[in-house]
Amino acid sequence: MDTLPARPATDPGYNFGYLDEQTKRMIRRALLKAVAIPGYQVPFGSREMPLPYGWGTGGIQITASIIGPADTLKVIDQGADDTTNAVSIRRFFARVAGVATTERTAVATIIQTRHRIPERPLSAGQILVYQVPQPEPLRQLEPREAEARKMHALADYGLMHVKLYEDIARFGRIATSYNYPVMVNGRYLMAPSPIPAFDNPKMHRMAALQLFGAGREKRIYAVPPHTEVQSLDFDDHPFKVWRADRCCDLCGAPDSYLDEVVTDDKGGRMFVCSDTDHCAERRGAGHRGPLAGHALQEIAEGKS
Amino acid sequence: MYVAVKGGETAIANAHAFQAEQRRGDAAQAPLTLGQIEQQLGLAVDRVMGEGALYDRGLAALAIKQARGDLVEAAFLVRAYRTTLPRFGYSLPVDTARMTVLRRVSATYKDLPGGQVLGPTFDYSHRMLDFALAADAGEGGGGEAPGAPLAEAPLDPAMPHVTALLDSEGLIQPEPPAEPDAPPPGDITRDPLLFPAPRDLRLQSLARGDEGFLLALGYSVQRGYGGSHPFVGEIRQGPVAVEIVPEELGFAIDIGDIDLTECEMVNQFKGSRLRPPQFTRGYGLVFGWSERKAMAMSLVDRALRAGELGEERRGPAQDEEFVLYHADNVEGAGFVTHLKLPHYVDFQSELELIRRLRAEAEARLARASAEERAAADAFATAAV
Repeated sequence: MDTLPARPATDPGYNFGYLDEQTKRMIRRALLKAVAIPGYQVPFGSREMPLPYGWGTGGIQITASIIGPADTLKVIDQGADDTTNAVSIRRFFARVAGVATTERTAVATIIQTRHRIPERPLSAGQILVYQVPQPEPLRQLEPREAEARKMHALADYGLMHVKLYEDIARFGRIATSYNYPVMVNGRYLMAPSPIPAFDNPKMHRMAALQLFGAGREKRIYAVPPHTEVQSLDFDDHPFKVWRADRCCDLCGAPDSYLDEVVTDDKGGRMFVCSDTDHCAERRGAGHRGPLAGHALQEIAEGKS
Repeated sequence: MYVAVKGGETAIANAHAFQAEQRRGDAAQAPLTLGQIEQQLGLAVDRVMGEGALYDRGLAALAIKQARGDLVEAAFLVRAYRTTLPRFGYSLPVDTARMTVLRRVSATYKDLPGGQVLGPTFDYSHRMLDFALAADAGEGGGGEAPGAPLAEAPLDPAMPHVTALLDSEGLIQPEPPAEPDAPPPGDITRDPLLFPAPRDLRLQSLARGDEGFLLALGYSVQRGYGGSHPFVGEIRQGPVAVEIVPEELGFAIDIGDIDLTECEMVNQFKGSRLRPPQFTRGYGLVFGWSERKAMAMSLVDRALRAGELGEERRGPAQDEEFVLYHADNVEGAGFVTHLKLPHYVDFQSELELIRRLRAEAEARLARASAEERAAADAFATAAV
């Protein structure tokens, strides 16, 4: 883990942050508009990046447009810093922006994420950049973009309420466990990206700025600091979060989101924090879970 | 085991090294040169230039070599490079009527001014493997280079478009030049595509679209999914001059030639409440020698005009959101392959949910009477 952020040399063949300054300016304009209209999807001239569409190009373009030499960048995928695509994106920015990178949530100024919000509450001045595969929360209900935009314009979200109601009628509960739709600032329905519903409450009145980039779909949206973000629900079926009903086997955290790691082919399982920095920090502070120090720890940390 | 997607930098570096080794193949074979790819795999180069949306034969050849011949991956490499290039300006519209025609065929007239020119084509060749080519390769490329005889007289330089002939009779829907104060064509590489999309943006999207996807859509039109009874008015192929007007000069200068394939499809149209019966156009224009794609593009372009011609939309090729959102293979390939990225956080939440739903369903079932269970079992057996 980085303790003292190292500053690698940038690739001289590319502009700082890879994108040219005109493109950055175009993206910053879209970001300003997105911040001004929380939850509204702003179309932008998304560029091809040297990473494939669907692999974080929207988040990368936002990060490239806002990052400066003084920033410290953290990149996570599934909550972990050491997943291959997070490693690849972090290396990309080390190469084209020469910025310091870190795995510590607390010291990062920009955190680019896929599928998770860190467990540690973010503070004012930090920016959370989400990679978004599908920015349109209505897409599975209405595949036509022109129609979906009309529904947003009219704040006509009955279709989504009907979908949630049908879940309750069929299953007795809302059967959406990730990418759970939210209302932003009481106006726009928004896809929080495929974070688990467990993370939704963290978006509400978050002190950090939240930016969302969908490169392939060419949309940017934002939630400014301290904005109201409500998960859709009904009076008699209030929104509830779920997690595996146990504590982290490594650090003992009783309240973090857990990954289930299969340890053998006989039903063996262990549960560990999905947020690797959170887990390491707790262990560093002396917290111990039931399997701490066990050989299985190596499996959970991907060292096997 | 899935945790293998963790663990970082060394694994990635090793994977890249393995890929490089596989790309080179058996070192006993001479490495491919870019010149060989450019000259002898020219149609692959053309496809990569078209879908990569960058006219540069050398870069396309490099991309093909680097991508081990995976043309979709090569187009992606070219696209990613293309976005880093500065934009000096826009050329004047190329004038395909002034093309140095190397091939030009029309299916609508037996003969026409300028004549039918077959040019280099696979048409009428019997698709039998030519084992003589294999023998050449075995001998290290020896043997005489094949040559084609030269015509006795040069082609007629006046080679009017077939659609211009129809136009002069008023039989085909006119395509008037843009008004001087009309807005310039859009640019899908600068601005996001919004819907409904005007024809300039549709054509741009199709021109860089995946050949296989357009082929399938064009084929579906012919088989009745939004049929428009097409005829090949004309296909022409050859180099065309590209001109720009530098601000400091104020007049057009020729900056070089590019090879283009153009297809104009002529389609029946029975007329509507607002328009008399006349032929309508479908247009295809692609970099290089990409006849199949230009033809497919012109079919799909015509199908997408259903809205403006007041036709009922009955087939997927007529649905512009469906076609334009899914024609780009760089976008499609990226999003399809992203499924192999870890999704275990979402999967975990689904696991928790499905376990809970199953537990609740089992509790409900346990409460059901034995009779109902028996009935359900009997039904299930019957269903199986």
